Amino acid sequence: MKLISIEKCFKTYKNGVTAIADLSLEIDKGEFVFIIGTTGCGKSTLIKMLYREEKPTKGKIIIGGINVAKLRNSRVFKLRRKLGIVFQDFKLLPKLTVYENVAFALESIGMKDRDIRPKVLEALDKVGLKDRVRSYPRELSGGEQQRVCIARAIVNEPKILICDEPTGNLDPKTSKEIMDILDKLNKDYDTTVVMVTHDKDIVNKMKKRVISLDNGVLVEDMMKGSYKVRENI
Amino acid sequence: MKIFRFLKRGIRDSFKSVFRNFSLSMAAIACTTITLILVAVSIIVTYNVKNITDKLESELTIVVYLKKDVDDEKIETLNKAFVQMKNVEEVTFKDADEWKLDMKEFSDTYSAALDYLDENPLLDAFVVKVKDVTDLKGTTEEIREFEYVDSANYGEGMAESIISMMSVIQKLTIIIVIALVFVTAFLISNTIKLTIFSRKSEIEIMRLVGASNITIKLPFIFEGFILGVIGSIIPILITIYGYVFAYDHFKGYVITPLITLVKPFNFILYVAAIILAIGSIIGMFGSSRAVKKYLKI
Repeated sequence: MKLISIEKCFKTYKNGVTAIADLSLEIDKGEFVFIIGTTGCGKSTLIKMLYREEKPTKGKIIIGGINVAKLRNSRVFKLRRKLGIVFQDFKLLPKLTVYENVAFALESIGMKDRDIRPKVLEALDKVGLKDRVRSYPRELSGGEQQRVCIARAIVNEPKILICDEPTGNLDPKTSKEIMDILDKLNKDYDTTVVMVTHDKDIVNKMKKRVISLDNGVLVEDMMKGSYKVRENI
Repeated sequence: MKIFRFLKRGIRDSFKSVFRNFSLSMAAIACTTITLILVAVSIIVTYNVKNITDKLESELTIVVYLKKDVDDEKIETLNKAFVQMKNVEEVTFKDADEWKLDMKEFSDTYSAALDYLDENPLLDAFVVKVKDVTDLKGTTEEIREFEYVDSANYGEGMAESIISMMSVIQKLTIIIVIALVFVTAFLISNTIKLTIFSRKSEIEIMRLVGASNITIKLPFIFEGFILGVIGSIIPILITIYGYVFAYDHFKGYVITPLITLVKPFNFILYVAAIILAIGSIIGMFGSSRAVKKYLKI
């Protein structure tokens, strides 16, 4: 059983737009996968379906044994506890410090206060922000904020890290730092990373599995792929 | 224990939110206060009207006058027959001499007039109390059919209009109470919606990191509870002091001693408890309704 398996998945929005059509793919444990494509190709829809912000209209999505397509709204938290999600716009709480922002994730799932502290510090250590625990998000740079977001995503030690354009708001140098962290998490902790991006340089440099979508259809799925290859076709 | 941690955090967060959004909290509390005062007044009026109606109804009786030539044996038979009737609760018999004494006591004019007459002009009579006042007319008509019954009266017209008026007032006040409860729920729900809007991103993140819906709801439900309880303090004080004052001022009755008010204790304490319950339940219900919208991400 693969960690993520998508079978003949369709997604049509209420306004009639078909975002995903007949998509089938599998992602194994410990993989690092890029999902690429032009704007409106359905990559955001695909990733939103992975954490059940959207439900597929037809087909199956099974993540770690949970059928996302049939998951009721009140049970969504069961899925989300297995996932870490990193957003383009960070989604940090401005009134909480770095430490509190990360701890918030564990408090929300009802963990004991004395268990929370070491876990939060460990997660912040992994992203290299241990010395900024008392800062507020507004005092941090974009790259640092994104690292807080990653720390929050990994603090519960999820098997899968879903990244929705994590470098979209960052400059190339900071992007590289973020990618190094994600790569390290993938290699050292065997975390499966699924990342949506349209940053060609990153994809080309990383030499990971690349899934390209066009108009909601899977057009290419390559191991150690890159943007360039597709453009040459 | 996980559940206690959730409760602890829920209560802590709800207090924080009440003070952080102080002006909005005040708005919610003010709304609750005003509507709950109206609810309290309506409850008091409803209950008093019911009390008066019941009292008046219990005083509505059928007076059955018997013919002059009736003897003791006949009276006994009639008594048994009346008691066995379906709608009859109580039958009391007074003979002519007892009526005479009653009337003499009632007024000096009657006393003088009755003393002037050598013979007692009054008739022996039964006083019949009924179970269901709405069927007063039917029962009276049945009684009229009996032998030796001279006449039977129940204060036609007057009695009927009082009964129908009271039942209209009673229904009206109950409708007002229910309507006000809904208005309060709506107002609290809307005000809490405003406070929740500023915490939209917090709820979204909680959902995304895997908090269950009930954990997200809990602080808001507590917040609604706190707002409801604070909002019901003033109405409760007004009800207790206001009613006790009004009762003392009117000396316990309105217009005539026939229409008495309900004694303040323990009645007013029950009303206070009801107000507190309505306030807190509506607060919780309203805020859980308001937060529902944001649990779909």
